[in-house]
Amino acid sequence: MHLSAQNVSFGYRRERRVLNGLDFCIRAGERVALTGPSGCGKSTLSQLLAGYLRPQSGQVTLGGDALPHAGYSPVQLIYQHPERAINPRWRLRRTLHESWHPDAQFLDTMGIAPEWLERYPVELSGGEIQRFCIARALAPQTRFLIADEMTTMLDMVTQAQIWECVLEQVTARGLGLLVVTHSEGLARRTCDRVVDFRELTAG
Amino acid sequence: MHIEGGSHAHAHAVEHAAGAGAGVGAGELALGPGVGPDAVIGAGRRFALLGNINRRKLAAILTVIILAIILTVSVAGVLLGDKGLTADFSQKALAPSREHPFGTDLLGRDVATRTIKGLALSLFVGVSASAVSAVLAVIVGVCAALGRGWLDHAVNWLIDLTMGIPHTILLILISIAAGRGWRGLLIGVIVTHWTGLARIIRAEVLQLRSQHYIAVAGKLGRSRWWVMTRHILPHLVPQFLVGLILLFPHAIMHESGLTFLGFGMPPEQPAIGIILSEAMRSLSSGMWWLAFFPGLALVILVLLIDKLGECVKLLFNPHSAQE
Repeated sequence: MHLSAQNVSFGYRRERRVLNGLDFCIRAGERVALTGPSGCGKSTLSQLLAGYLRPQSGQVTLGGDALPHAGYSPVQLIYQHPERAINPRWRLRRTLHESWHPDAQFLDTMGIAPEWLERYPVELSGGEIQRFCIARALAPQTRFLIADEMTTMLDMVTQAQIWECVLEQVTARGLGLLVVTHSEGLARRTCDRVVDFRELTAG
Repeated sequence: MHIEGGSHAHAHAVEHAAGAGAGVGAGELALGPGVGPDAVIGAGRRFALLGNINRRKLAAILTVIILAIILTVSVAGVLLGDKGLTADFSQKALAPSREHPFGTDLLGRDVATRTIKGLALSLFVGVSASAVSAVLAVIVGVCAALGRGWLDHAVNWLIDLTMGIPHTILLILISIAAGRGWRGLLIGVIVTHWTGLARIIRAEVLQLRSQHYIAVAGKLGRSRWWVMTRHILPHLVPQFLVGLILLFPHAIMHESGLTFLGFGMPPEQPAIGIILSEAMRSLSSGMWWLAFFPGLALVILVLLIDKLGECVKLLFNPHSAQE
């Protein structure tokens, strides 16, 4: 199964395009890192691939068909700011169950303590909330996971722990993983293929 | 000599006091690093928590008291018979006494009975008008924020139009157009009071809609209706309730004002506006009680409801909701 963008263009303002006729492809089970300077369009591409934005021209396809716009999306995106990706008025159990009902063993492998489920977001740290966001995105229907600067705001130890959990799940389920990052080291450690965004746009 | 000695002794005493002060200060400083900071922070936290709980408890108690007062007034208005309302010229224009605490008017009617009945009437008009306009505001605000562009433009235009016309004039025009009396008054108050809250709700929904977790919910396969009822509407509850309560005094004031001006209730109704406008005519003849007590009662009621709104706002405050 492929997740691919074909000849995709997008701009937030009419006169200036962020992406212009871009092609990109990632296979199931493949781990690809996307690097490049700030503001070059990496996040825009990940939002297009996950269906949060629709391209102005060209198309995004999953396994040859257009990306579904209703129902659970097989392509899940994880944001840089976990505290903005969850409802601040909900206990985390509810946030998690908005997606699926994972068992205790899964929560354990994700490093989520059972008592966190009953807490509100303000009572947890960014890293703890990010674990919930990842667990939420890893429902059984997920085929591709896009991590957009997923651990940038966390300390080194937490980053390492979270990536360990994620890579374990991605390998076990044969998911496709797209890692958007500034860090060369992280890109090389986590992925098989490193793509520089500037080459993508030039080619 | 004597004076000099005195001043010397005085200076000595001052020096001594200063020395004692410095001694205490030094003692504290010496204590500081050992137990000072932790103890101070702990005490500060405890006091802040205590203050917060007290504030919330106070707000809860006040809310209950005010609701009880409002309920009492409305029940009393219904239970009080017509006894005080019938004209009795032998009891005409009496000053406040034990039998008639608010005095009697020119037709010998008991002002206290009329005031309570008037307040109950005002409460009824206030509740229905503010409830309907608050619901209207939520529907319109949500539609404007979630609907297509033209709908949002149309609603905003309507809000600007309603807010742009002087309030009282619009109220009078609508209540006359809607057939005066009861119906005209209610329709007038409802139609003119939803705009402010609608604007707040619209802004709130727009802000919520741009949140990441709303977009995420869509990608997790949740329908628009699910997102609306689970994510967006619960966020609007505090705004809605506070808006509803704060609309209430406005509605009551406008009801009384309109009735006072002669555009509202029919003259035989014991409404506060009617009582006040009748009292105006006899105020110059020294019958102060005719306007004083009903007016004061209305002001107190409005202030109480305003306070209720503030209490509810505090109780809903997310920063203290966990305590």
